Amino acid sequence: MPDGSFAHPQQRQFNPYTDNGGTILAIAGADFTVIAGDTRQSEGYSIQTRYAPKVFRLTDRAVLAVNGFAADGNMFVKKVKQRLEWYRHAHAKDMPLRAIARLIQTMLYAQRFFPYYVYNILGGIEEDGSGAVYSFDPVGSYEREACRAAGAAQSLVQPFLDNQIYFKNQKAAPGTSHPTHLPLSDVLSIVIDSFTSATERHIEVGDGLEIYVVVARGRSPQGIEGIRGVQELSAQPNGDRTFILRRELKKD
Amino acid sequence: MDHFPTNWGRPRNDAFDAYGTYPIHQRAPVKDTFAEGVQHTQQPIVTGTSVLAIQYKDGIMMAADNLASYGSLARFKDVRRLHAVGTSTVIGASGDMSDFQAIQSILDDLVTDEFTHGDGHDLGPAEVHEYLSRVMYARRSKINPLWNSLLVGGFRDGKRFLGYVDLLGTTYSAPSIATGYGAYIAIPLLRAAVDGKQDQLTEENAKKILHECMRVLFYRDARSLDKYQIATVSAAGVTISDQIQIETAWGFAEGIRGYGAQTQ
Repeated sequence: MPDGSFAHPQQRQFNPYTDNGGTILAIAGADFTVIAGDTRQSEGYSIQTRYAPKVFRLTDRAVLAVNGFAADGNMFVKKVKQRLEWYRHAHAKDMPLRAIARLIQTMLYAQRFFPYYVYNILGGIEEDGSGAVYSFDPVGSYEREACRAAGAAQSLVQPFLDNQIYFKNQKAAPGTSHPTHLPLSDVLSIVIDSFTSATERHIEVGDGLEIYVVVARGRSPQGIEGIRGVQELSAQPNGDRTFILRRELKKD
Repeated sequence: MDHFPTNWGRPRNDAFDAYGTYPIHQRAPVKDTFAEGVQHTQQPIVTGTSVLAIQYKDGIMMAADNLASYGSLARFKDVRRLHAVGTSTVIGASGDMSDFQAIQSILDDLVTDEFTHGDGHDLGPAEVHEYLSRVMYARRSKINPLWNSLLVGGFRDGKRFLGYVDLLGTTYSAPSIATGYGAYIAIPLLRAAVDGKQDQLTEENAKKILHECMRVLFYRDARSLDKYQIATVSAAGVTISDQIQIETAWGFAEGIRGYGAQTQ
Protein backbone atom coordinates (compact mmCIF):
# COMPACT_ATOMS: atom_id res chain seq x y z
CA MET A 1 0.00 0.00 0.00
CA PRO A 2 1.25 3.50 -0.83
CA ASP A 3 1.94 5.33 2.48
CA GLY A 4 3.82 8.40 1.24
CA SER A 5 7.12 7.22 2.72
CA PHE A 6 10.38 7.45 0.77
CA ALA A 7 11.93 4.49 2.63
CA HIS A 8 10.81 1.96 0.08
CA PRO A 9 9.51 2.05 -3.51
CA GLN A 10 5.88 3.04 -3.86
CA GLN A 11 3.51 1.61 -6.45
CA ARG A 12 0.34 3.41 -7.37
CA GLN A 13 -1.74 2.03 -10.15
CA PHE A 14 -4.45 3.72 -12.16
CA ASN A 15 -7.38 1.33 -12.35
CA PRO A 16 -8.84 1.46 -15.87
CA TYR A 17 -12.01 -0.40 -14.88
CA THR A 18 -15.13 0.21 -12.84
CA ASP A 19 -18.44 -1.58 -12.29
CA ASN A 20 -21.58 0.22 -13.43
CA GLY A 21 -24.09 -2.29 -12.02
CA GLY A 22 -27.34 -3.35 -13.65
CA THR A 23 -28.60 -6.70 -14.81
CA ILE A 24 -29.46 -8.31 -18.15
CA LEU A 25 -31.39 -11.43 -19.02
CA ALA A 26 -32.44 -13.42 -22.10
CA ILE A 27 -34.80 -16.37 -22.62
CA ALA A 28 -35.28 -18.34 -25.83
CA GLY A 29 -38.68 -19.71 -26.84
CA ALA A 30 -39.44 -22.18 -29.63
CA ASP A 31 -39.76 -19.45 -32.28
CA PHE A 32 -39.03 -16.25 -30.36
CA THR A 33 -36.46 -14.77 -28.00
CA VAL A 34 -36.82 -12.24 -25.20
CA ILE A 35 -33.82 -10.05 -24.27
CA ALA A 36 -34.13 -7.61 -21.39
CA GLY A 37 -32.08 -5.26 -19.23
CA ASP A 38 -32.70 -2.59 -16.60
CA THR A 39 -31.74 1.01 -17.41
CA ARG A 40 -29.97 2.14 -14.24
CA GLN A 41 -26.30 3.09 -14.44
CA SER A 42 -24.46 3.43 -11.16
CA GLU A 43 -21.00 3.77 -9.71
CA GLY A 44 -20.47 2.84 -6.09
CA TYR A 45 -23.54 3.95 -4.14
CA SER A 46 -24.40 6.73 -6.62
CA ILE A 47 -26.98 6.44 -9.37
CA GLN A 48 -25.42 8.18 -12.34
CA THR A 49 -28.50 8.06 -14.55
CA ARG A 50 -31.88 6.36 -14.51
CA TYR A 51 -31.83 5.80 -18.25
CA ALA A 52 -28.77 4.28 -19.94
CA PRO A 53 -29.80 1.45 -22.30
CA LYS A 54 -27.90 -1.84 -22.03
CA VAL A 55 -29.82 -3.72 -24.74
CA PHE A 56 -29.14 -2.96 -28.41
CA ARG A 57 -30.75 -4.09 -31.66
CA LEU A 58 -28.02 -5.32 -34.03
CA THR A 59 -29.97 -6.69 -37.02
CA ASP A 60 -33.57 -7.65 -37.83
CA ARG A 61 -33.05 -10.90 -35.91
CA ALA A 62 -30.30 -10.21 -33.38
CA VAL A 63 -30.29 -8.23 -30.14
CA LEU A 64 -27.27 -7.79 -27.86
CA ALA A 65 -27.36 -7.06 -24.12
CA VAL A 66 -24.16 -5.77 -22.53
CA ASN A 67 -23.40 -5.52 -18.82
CA GLY A 68 -20.39 -4.63 -16.66
CA PHE A 69 -18.08 -1.65 -17.29
CA ALA A 70 -20.28 0.76 -19.25
CA ALA A 71 -17.50 2.53 -21.18
CA ASP A 72 -16.17 -0.82 -22.46
CA GLY A 73 -19.72 -1.97 -23.19
CA ASN A 74 -20.58 1.05 -25.31
CA MET A 75 -17.31 0.79 -27.21
CA PHE A 76 -17.81 -2.93 -27.76
CA VAL A 77 -21.35 -2.51 -29.10
CA LYS A 78 -20.12 0.28 -31.38
CA LYS A 79 -17.46 -2.01 -32.84
CA VAL A 80 -19.80 -4.98 -33.25
CA LYS A 81 -22.29 -2.76 -35.10
CA GLN A 82 -19.50 -1.49 -37.32
CA ARG A 83 -18.39 -5.04 -38.20
CA LEU A 84 -22.01 -5.97 -39.00
CA GLU A 85 -22.33 -2.94 -41.29
CA TRP A 86 -19.15 -3.97 -43.13
CA TYR A 87 -20.58 -7.49 -43.48
CA ARG A 88 -23.77 -6.01 -44.96
CA HIS A 89 -21.78 -3.99 -47.49
CA ALA A 90 -19.67 -7.04 -48.45
CA HIS A 91 -22.43 -9.67 -48.65
CA ALA A 92 -25.69 -7.73 -49.16
CA LYS A 93 -27.38 -9.53 -46.25
CA ASP A 94 -27.40 -9.51 -42.48
CA MET A 95 -24.96 -11.73 -40.63
CA PRO A 96 -26.67 -14.87 -39.24
CA LEU A 97 -27.00 -15.13 -35.46
CA ARG A 98 -24.52 -17.98 -34.94
CA ALA A 99 -21.97 -16.05 -37.00
CA ILE A 100 -22.50 -12.93 -34.88
CA ALA A 101 -21.91 -15.12 -31.82
CA ARG A 102 -18.57 -16.35 -33.23
CA LEU A 103 -17.67 -12.77 -34.24
CA ILE A 104 -18.28 -11.61 -30.68
CA GLN A 105 -16.07 -14.42 -29.38
CA THR A 106 -13.13 -13.44 -31.60
CA MET A 107 -13.60 -9.74 -30.85
CA LEU A 108 -13.56 -10.43 -27.11
CA TYR A 109 -10.63 -12.83 -27.27
CA ALA A 110 -8.64 -10.34 -29.35
CA GLN A 111 -8.60 -8.27 -26.15
CA ARG A 112 -7.56 -11.25 -24.02
CA PHE A 113 -4.73 -9.36 -22.28
CA PHE A 114 -6.65 -6.10 -21.73
CA PRO A 115 -10.21 -7.40 -21.73
CA TYR A 116 -13.48 -5.59 -22.29
CA TYR A 117 -14.90 -5.93 -18.77
CA VAL A 118 -18.36 -6.85 -20.05
CA TYR A 119 -20.70 -9.82 -19.94
CA ASN A 120 -22.56 -10.18 -23.24
CA ILE A 121 -25.83 -11.97 -23.91
CA LEU A 122 -26.85 -12.29 -27.54
CA GLY A 123 -30.42 -13.23 -28.38
CA GLY A 124 -32.38 -13.64 -31.59
CA ILE A 125 -33.58 -15.99 -34.25
CA GLU A 126 -31.36 -18.71 -35.75
CA GLU A 127 -31.42 -19.49 -39.49
CA ASP A 128 -33.69 -22.49 -38.83
CA GLY A 129 -36.24 -20.15 -37.23
CA SER A 130 -35.63 -21.22 -33.63
CA GLY A 131 -35.16 -18.81 -30.76
CA ALA A 132 -31.59 -18.72 -29.47
CA VAL A 133 -29.57 -17.22 -26.63
CA TYR A 134 -25.77 -17.06 -26.61
CA SER A 135 -23.94 -16.00 -23.45
CA PHE A 136 -20.31 -14.90 -23.20
CA ASP A 137 -17.73 -14.24 -20.53
CA PRO A 138 -15.45 -11.15 -20.84
CA VAL A 139 -12.74 -13.01 -22.79
CA GLY A 140 -15.04 -14.74 -25.26
CA SER A 141 -15.96 -18.19 -23.91
CA TYR A 142 -19.51 -18.77 -25.10
CA GLU A 143 -22.30 -21.29 -25.44
CA ARG A 144 -25.83 -21.47 -26.74
CA GLU A 145 -28.44 -21.78 -23.99
CA ALA A 146 -32.17 -21.51 -23.42
CA CYS A 147 -31.84 -18.81 -20.80
CA ARG A 148 -29.21 -16.72 -19.04
CA ALA A 149 -29.01 -13.87 -16.54
CA ALA A 150 -25.86 -11.76 -16.07
CA GLY A 151 -24.70 -8.75 -14.11
CA ALA A 152 -25.19 -7.48 -10.59
CA ALA A 153 -28.25 -9.61 -9.81
CA GLN A 154 -27.19 -12.72 -11.70
CA SER A 155 -26.98 -14.65 -8.45
CA LEU A 156 -30.57 -13.68 -7.63
CA VAL A 157 -32.13 -14.21 -11.06
CA GLN A 158 -30.37 -17.27 -12.50
CA PRO A 159 -31.60 -19.74 -9.83
CA PHE A 160 -35.14 -18.46 -10.37
CA LEU A 161 -34.72 -19.05 -14.13
CA ASP A 162 -33.28 -22.54 -13.53
CA ASN A 163 -36.43 -23.33 -11.60
CA GLN A 164 -38.98 -21.67 -13.88
CA ILE A 165 -37.46 -22.32 -17.33
CA TYR A 166 -35.49 -25.55 -16.85
CA PHE A 167 -37.94 -26.81 -14.14
CA LYS A 168 -35.00 -27.69 -11.88
CA ASN A 169 -36.15 -29.24 -8.57
CA GLN A 170 -39.68 -29.55 -9.91
CA LYS A 171 -41.47 -32.82 -10.51
CA ALA A 172 -44.08 -33.01 -13.25
CA ALA A 173 -47.52 -34.23 -12.22
CA PRO A 174 -47.94 -38.00 -12.68
CA GLY A 175 -48.47 -38.90 -16.32
CA THR A 176 -47.32 -35.49 -17.59
CA SER A 177 -43.97 -33.93 -18.52
CA HIS A 178 -42.50 -30.44 -18.39
CA PRO A 179 -42.88 -28.39 -21.60
CA THR A 180 -39.63 -27.89 -23.56
CA HIS A 181 -40.57 -24.32 -24.44
CA LEU A 182 -42.85 -21.81 -22.73
CA PRO A 183 -45.33 -19.53 -24.51
CA LEU A 184 -44.41 -15.84 -24.87
CA SER A 185 -46.86 -14.57 -22.24
CA ASP A 186 -45.33 -16.89 -19.60
CA VAL A 187 -41.80 -15.81 -20.56
CA LEU A 188 -42.70 -12.12 -20.33
CA SER A 189 -44.22 -12.64 -16.88
CA ILE A 190 -41.07 -14.43 -15.72
CA VAL A 191 -38.85 -11.64 -17.09
CA ILE A 192 -40.86 -8.87 -15.44
CA ASP A 193 -41.04 -10.78 -12.14
CA SER A 194 -37.28 -11.40 -12.28
CA PHE A 195 -36.56 -7.69 -12.56
CA THR A 196 -39.09 -6.50 -9.98
CA SER A 197 -37.64 -9.04 -7.54
CA ALA A 198 -34.03 -8.13 -8.35
CA THR A 199 -34.98 -4.46 -7.87
CA GLU A 200 -36.32 -5.27 -4.39
CA ARG A 201 -33.16 -7.05 -3.27
CA HIS A 202 -30.30 -5.44 -5.20
CA ILE A 203 -29.38 -1.76 -4.91
CA GLU A 204 -27.82 -1.57 -8.38
CA VAL A 205 -30.96 -2.73 -10.19
CA GLY A 206 -33.99 -0.55 -10.89
CA ASP A 207 -35.39 2.61 -12.53
CA GLY A 208 -36.53 1.18 -15.88
CA LEU A 209 -36.86 -2.09 -17.78
CA GLU A 210 -36.43 -2.55 -21.52
CA ILE A 211 -37.63 -5.86 -22.99
CA TYR A 212 -36.91 -6.74 -26.60
CA VAL A 213 -38.92 -9.53 -28.22
CA VAL A 214 -37.79 -11.06 -31.53
CA VAL A 215 -40.36 -13.27 -33.26
CA ALA A 216 -39.38 -15.58 -36.13
CA ARG A 217 -40.69 -14.89 -39.62
CA GLY A 218 -44.15 -16.26 -40.30
CA ARG A 219 -44.72 -17.19 -36.63
CA SER A 220 -47.44 -15.79 -34.44
CA PRO A 221 -46.39 -12.92 -32.19
CA GLN A 222 -48.70 -14.57 -29.62
CA GLY A 223 -50.73 -11.46 -28.91
CA ILE A 224 -47.79 -9.24 -27.96
CA GLU A 225 -49.23 -6.43 -30.09
CA GLY A 226 -52.10 -6.14 -27.62
CA ILE A 227 -49.85 -5.55 -24.60
CA ARG A 228 -49.84 -2.03 -23.14
CA GLY A 229 -47.08 0.20 -24.48
CA VAL A 230 -45.58 -2.26 -26.98
CA GLN A 231 -43.77 -0.70 -29.91
CA GLU A 232 -42.78 -2.55 -33.10
CA LEU A 233 -39.28 -1.81 -34.40
CA SER A 234 -39.22 -4.00 -37.53
CA ALA A 235 -39.60 -2.23 -40.87
CA GLN A 236 -41.59 -4.91 -42.74
CA PRO A 237 -44.09 -7.16 -40.90
CA ASN A 238 -43.49 -10.18 -43.20
CA GLY A 239 -39.90 -10.77 -42.01
CA ASP A 240 -38.62 -11.42 -38.47
CA ARG A 241 -40.33 -8.99 -36.15
CA THR A 242 -38.82 -7.08 -33.24
CA PHE A 243 -40.87 -5.48 -30.50
CA ILE A 244 -39.86 -3.39 -27.53
CA LEU A 245 -41.72 -3.27 -24.27
CA ARG A 246 -40.84 -0.72 -21.58
CA ARG A 247 -41.73 -0.95 -17.90
CA GLU A 248 -40.97 1.21 -14.90
CA LEU A 249 -39.05 -0.30 -12.00
CA LYS A 250 -38.76 1.10 -8.48
CA LYS A 251 -36.37 4.03 -8.31
CA ASP A 252 -35.24 3.76 -4.66
CA MET B 1 37.20 -5.42 -37.46
CA ASP B 2 36.49 -1.75 -36.82
CA HIS B 3 34.50 -0.48 -39.78
CA PHE B 4 34.97 3.22 -38.94
CA PRO B 5 38.07 4.49 -40.82
CA THR B 6 38.38 7.51 -38.51
CA ASN B 7 39.22 5.11 -35.67
CA TRP B 8 41.98 3.33 -37.60
CA GLY B 9 45.45 3.86 -36.19
CA ARG B 10 44.15 5.65 -33.10
CA PRO B 11 44.61 4.34 -29.57
CA ARG B 12 41.71 2.25 -28.44
CA ASN B 13 39.18 3.87 -26.05
CA ASP B 14 39.30 1.52 -23.10
CA ALA B 15 36.21 3.06 -21.58
CA PHE B 16 34.19 1.74 -24.50
CA ASP B 17 34.19 -1.93 -25.39
CA ALA B 18 33.35 -1.63 -29.10
CA TYR B 19 33.39 -5.36 -29.78
CA GLY B 20 31.64 -6.53 -26.63
CA THR B 21 34.76 -8.55 -25.70
CA TYR B 22 34.24 -8.30 -21.95
CA PRO B 23 31.89 -10.70 -20.24
CA ILE B 24 28.45 -9.11 -19.89
CA HIS B 25 28.63 -8.63 -16.12
CA GLN B 26 31.88 -6.64 -16.41
CA ARG B 27 30.68 -4.19 -19.06
CA ALA B 28 29.87 -0.57 -18.20
CA PRO B 29 26.19 -0.35 -17.29
CA VAL B 30 24.05 0.89 -20.15
CA LYS B 31 21.93 3.92 -19.35
CA ASP B 32 18.34 2.93 -19.97
CA THR B 33 16.06 5.94 -20.27
CA PHE B 34 13.00 3.79 -19.58
CA ALA B 35 14.52 1.86 -16.68
CA GLU B 36 12.00 3.35 -14.30
CA GLY B 37 9.18 3.16 -16.82
CA VAL B 38 7.37 5.92 -18.60
CA GLN B 39 5.70 8.15 -16.03
CA HIS B 40 2.02 8.87 -16.56
CA THR B 41 -0.42 10.90 -14.52
CA GLN B 42 -0.85 8.90 -11.30
CA GLN B 43 -2.99 11.38 -9.45
CA PRO B 44 -4.44 14.83 -9.98
CA ILE B 45 -2.30 17.70 -8.61
CA VAL B 46 -4.04 21.05 -9.00
CA THR B 47 -7.73 20.22 -8.81
CA GLY B 48 -11.13 21.75 -9.32
CA THR B 49 -14.07 20.51 -7.26
CA SER B 50 -17.71 19.88 -8.27
CA VAL B 51 -19.46 21.01 -11.44
CA LEU B 52 -23.27 21.14 -11.43
CA ALA B 53 -25.54 21.20 -14.46
CA ILE B 54 -29.27 21.00 -15.10
CA GLN B 55 -31.67 21.10 -18.01
CA TYR B 56 -34.37 23.78 -17.95
CA LYS B 57 -37.17 25.02 -20.23
CA ASP B 58 -34.99 26.85 -22.77
CA GLY B 59 -31.72 24.88 -22.59
CA ILE B 60 -29.14 23.95 -20.00
CA MET B 61 -27.34 25.69 -17.15
CA MET B 62 -24.00 24.80 -15.59
CA ALA B 63 -22.18 26.07 -12.49
CA ALA B 64 -18.64 25.71 -11.16
CA ASP B 65 -16.69 27.71 -8.59
CA ASN B 66 -13.46 29.58 -9.34
CA LEU B 67 -11.08 27.62 -7.12
CA ALA B 68 -8.19 25.39 -8.12
CA SER B 69 -6.79 23.59 -5.06
CA TYR B 70 -3.29 22.19 -4.48
CA GLY B 71 -4.16 19.43 -2.08
CA SER B 72 -5.88 21.20 0.79
CA LEU B 73 -4.32 24.55 -0.15
CA ALA B 74 -6.67 26.97 -1.91
CA ARG B 75 -4.00 27.76 -4.53
CA PHE B 76 -5.69 29.63 -7.41
CA LYS B 77 -8.84 31.59 -6.64
CA ASP B 78 -9.68 33.04 -10.05
CA VAL B 79 -9.77 29.98 -12.28
CA ARG B 80 -12.42 29.55 -14.97
CA ARG B 81 -13.65 25.96 -15.08
CA LEU B 82 -16.46 26.60 -17.57
CA HIS B 83 -15.40 26.82 -21.19
CA ALA B 84 -17.41 27.52 -24.34
CA VAL B 85 -16.75 25.23 -27.30
CA GLY B 86 -18.09 26.63 -30.59
CA THR B 87 -21.39 28.50 -30.49
CA SER B 88 -23.78 26.05 -28.84
CA THR B 89 -21.75 24.07 -26.30
CA VAL B 90 -20.17 24.59 -22.93
CA ILE B 91 -17.97 22.20 -20.96
CA GLY B 92 -17.25 22.24 -17.23
CA ALA B 93 -14.36 20.41 -15.60
CA SER B 94 -13.52 19.01 -12.22
CA GLY B 95 -10.30 17.14 -11.51
CA ASP B 96 -6.83 18.04 -12.75
CA MET B 97 -6.71 21.59 -14.07
CA SER B 98 -3.64 21.12 -16.28
CA ASP B 99 -5.32 18.16 -17.98
CA PHE B 100 -8.38 20.38 -18.43
CA GLN B 101 -6.26 23.04 -20.10
CA ALA B 102 -4.92 20.37 -22.46
CA ILE B 103 -8.52 19.40 -23.25
CA GLN B 104 -9.41 23.06 -23.88
CA SER B 105 -6.67 23.42 -26.46
CA ILE B 106 -7.58 20.09 -28.13
CA LEU B 107 -11.19 21.27 -28.45
CA ASP B 108 -10.27 24.78 -29.60
CA ASP B 109 -8.06 23.25 -32.30
CA LEU B 110 -10.93 20.98 -33.30
CA VAL B 111 -13.34 23.92 -33.59
CA THR B 112 -10.78 25.85 -35.68
CA ASP B 113 -10.24 22.85 -37.98
CA GLU B 114 -13.97 22.50 -38.42
CA PHE B 115 -14.34 26.23 -39.16
CA THR B 116 -11.58 26.29 -41.78
CA HIS B 117 -13.41 23.65 -43.81
CA GLY B 118 -15.92 26.40 -44.50
CA ASP B 119 -18.66 23.90 -45.31
CA GLY B 120 -21.26 25.57 -43.13
CA HIS B 121 -21.19 22.75 -40.57
CA ASP B 122 -20.05 23.15 -37.00
CA LEU B 123 -19.98 20.98 -33.89
CA GLY B 124 -22.92 20.83 -31.52
CA PRO B 125 -22.93 19.56 -27.93
CA ALA B 126 -23.66 15.92 -28.90
CA GLU B 127 -20.68 15.87 -31.26
CA VAL B 128 -18.36 17.52 -28.71
CA HIS B 129 -19.48 14.99 -26.09
CA GLU B 130 -18.90 12.04 -28.44
CA TYR B 131 -15.47 13.38 -29.41
CA LEU B 132 -14.48 14.01 -25.80
CA SER B 133 -15.59 10.55 -24.72
CA ARG B 134 -13.48 9.03 -27.53
CA VAL B 135 -10.45 11.03 -26.35
CA MET B 136 -10.99 10.15 -22.68
CA TYR B 137 -11.57 6.42 -23.40
CA ALA B 138 -8.53 6.26 -25.70
CA ARG B 139 -6.34 7.83 -23.01
CA ARG B 140 -7.58 5.46 -20.28
CA SER B 141 -6.94 2.55 -22.65
CA LYS B 142 -3.31 3.69 -22.88
CA ILE B 143 -3.26 3.78 -19.06
CA ASN B 144 -2.47 7.48 -19.40
CA PRO B 145 -5.74 9.13 -18.41
CA LEU B 146 -6.77 12.77 -18.50
CA TRP B 147 -7.75 13.03 -14.83
CA ASN B 148 -11.08 14.83 -15.12
CA SER B 149 -14.82 14.47 -14.76
CA LEU B 150 -16.36 16.66 -17.44
CA LEU B 151 -19.88 17.88 -18.11
CA VAL B 152 -20.88 18.80 -21.63
CA GLY B 153 -24.02 20.86 -22.13
CA GLY B 154 -25.61 22.69 -24.98
CA PHE B 155 -28.60 23.63 -27.06
CA ARG B 156 -28.91 23.10 -30.78
CA ASP B 157 -31.67 22.66 -33.35
CA GLY B 158 -34.28 23.15 -30.66
CA LYS B 159 -32.89 20.35 -28.48
CA ARG B 160 -30.98 20.46 -25.20
CA PHE B 161 -28.10 18.17 -24.43
CA LEU B 162 -26.46 17.38 -21.13
CA GLY B 163 -23.83 14.68 -20.81
CA TYR B 164 -21.01 13.42 -18.59
CA VAL B 165 -17.65 11.86 -19.37
CA ASP B 166 -14.80 10.97 -17.00
CA LEU B 167 -11.24 9.67 -16.91
CA LEU B 168 -12.42 6.09 -17.53
CA GLY B 169 -14.43 7.06 -20.60
CA THR B 170 -17.69 6.40 -18.74
CA THR B 171 -20.53 8.42 -20.24
CA TYR B 172 -24.19 9.12 -19.51
CA SER B 173 -26.79 11.83 -19.78
CA ALA B 174 -29.51 12.87 -17.35
CA PRO B 175 -31.72 15.92 -16.62
CA SER B 176 -29.41 16.91 -13.74
CA ILE B 177 -25.77 15.90 -13.30
CA ALA B 178 -23.08 16.79 -10.78
CA THR B 179 -19.43 15.76 -10.49
CA GLY B 180 -17.27 15.23 -7.43
CA TYR B 181 -18.70 16.15 -4.04
CA GLY B 182 -21.73 17.58 -5.83
CA ALA B 183 -22.76 14.05 -6.79
CA TYR B 184 -23.34 13.37 -3.08
CA ILE B 185 -24.55 16.76 -1.82
CA ALA B 186 -26.16 18.60 -4.74
CA ILE B 187 -27.71 15.72 -6.71
CA PRO B 188 -30.47 14.95 -4.17
CA LEU B 189 -31.46 18.64 -4.21
CA LEU B 190 -31.23 18.91 -8.00
CA ARG B 191 -33.17 15.70 -8.70
CA ALA B 192 -35.99 16.85 -6.42
CA ALA B 193 -36.14 20.26 -8.09
CA VAL B 194 -35.44 19.39 -11.74
CA ASP B 195 -36.04 15.78 -12.85
CA GLY B 196 -39.37 15.47 -14.62
CA LYS B 197 -39.94 19.23 -14.49
CA GLN B 198 -37.31 20.27 -17.07
CA ASP B 199 -39.90 21.56 -19.52
CA GLN B 200 -41.53 23.89 -17.01
CA LEU B 201 -38.42 25.18 -15.23
CA THR B 202 -37.76 28.86 -16.01
CA GLU B 203 -34.32 30.40 -16.38
CA GLU B 204 -34.85 32.42 -13.21
CA ASN B 205 -35.78 29.34 -11.17
CA ALA B 206 -32.98 27.26 -12.65
CA LYS B 207 -30.47 29.91 -11.62
CA LYS B 208 -31.99 30.04 -8.13
CA ILE B 209 -31.71 26.24 -7.71
CA LEU B 210 -28.07 26.20 -8.82
CA HIS B 211 -27.25 29.15 -6.54
CA GLU B 212 -28.77 27.32 -3.58
CA CYS B 213 -26.78 24.16 -4.38
CA MET B 214 -23.53 26.13 -4.74
CA ARG B 215 -24.21 27.65 -1.32
CA VAL B 216 -24.79 24.26 0.29
CA LEU B 217 -21.62 22.97 -1.36
CA PHE B 218 -19.62 25.92 -0.07
CA TYR B 219 -20.86 25.17 3.45
CA ARG B 220 -19.93 21.47 3.26
CA ASP B 221 -17.16 20.99 0.68
CA ALA B 222 -13.79 21.99 2.17
CA ARG B 223 -12.26 22.34 -1.34
CA SER B 224 -14.82 24.88 -2.56
CA LEU B 225 -15.00 28.65 -2.87
CA ASP B 226 -17.76 31.20 -2.33
CA LYS B 227 -17.20 32.60 -5.82
CA TYR B 228 -18.60 30.85 -8.88
CA GLN B 229 -19.85 31.28 -12.43
CA ILE B 230 -22.94 30.08 -14.26
CA ALA B 231 -23.02 29.15 -17.93
CA THR B 232 -26.33 29.29 -19.77
CA VAL B 233 -26.87 27.73 -23.19
CA SER B 234 -30.15 28.34 -25.00
CA ALA B 235 -31.33 29.32 -28.48
CA ALA B 236 -29.60 32.65 -27.80
CA GLY B 237 -26.19 30.92 -27.61
CA VAL B 238 -23.64 30.50 -24.85
CA THR B 239 -23.37 32.99 -21.98
CA ILE B 240 -20.88 32.56 -19.17
CA SER B 241 -21.72 34.88 -16.29
CA ASP B 242 -19.45 37.14 -14.30
CA GLN B 243 -18.31 35.82 -10.95
CA ILE B 244 -21.13 35.45 -8.46
CA GLN B 245 -20.50 35.88 -4.73
CA ILE B 246 -22.21 33.48 -2.32
CA GLU B 247 -23.56 35.17 0.81
CA THR B 248 -23.05 33.02 3.89
CA ALA B 249 -23.95 33.26 7.55
CA TRP B 250 -21.88 31.34 10.06
CA GLY B 251 -23.62 32.59 13.18
CA PHE B 252 -25.23 29.20 13.77
CA ALA B 253 -21.78 27.67 14.28
CA GLU B 254 -21.49 29.49 17.61
CA GLY B 255 -24.20 27.32 19.14
CA ILE B 256 -22.95 23.96 17.89
CA ARG B 257 -21.74 21.67 20.64
CA GLY B 258 -20.88 18.02 20.65
CA TYR B 259 -18.73 17.51 17.54
CA GLY B 260 -15.44 15.61 17.72
CA ALA B 261 -13.12 16.73 20.51
CA GLN B 262 -15.34 19.60 21.57
CA THR B 263 -17.94 18.00 23.78
CA GLN B 264 -18.78 20.81 26.20
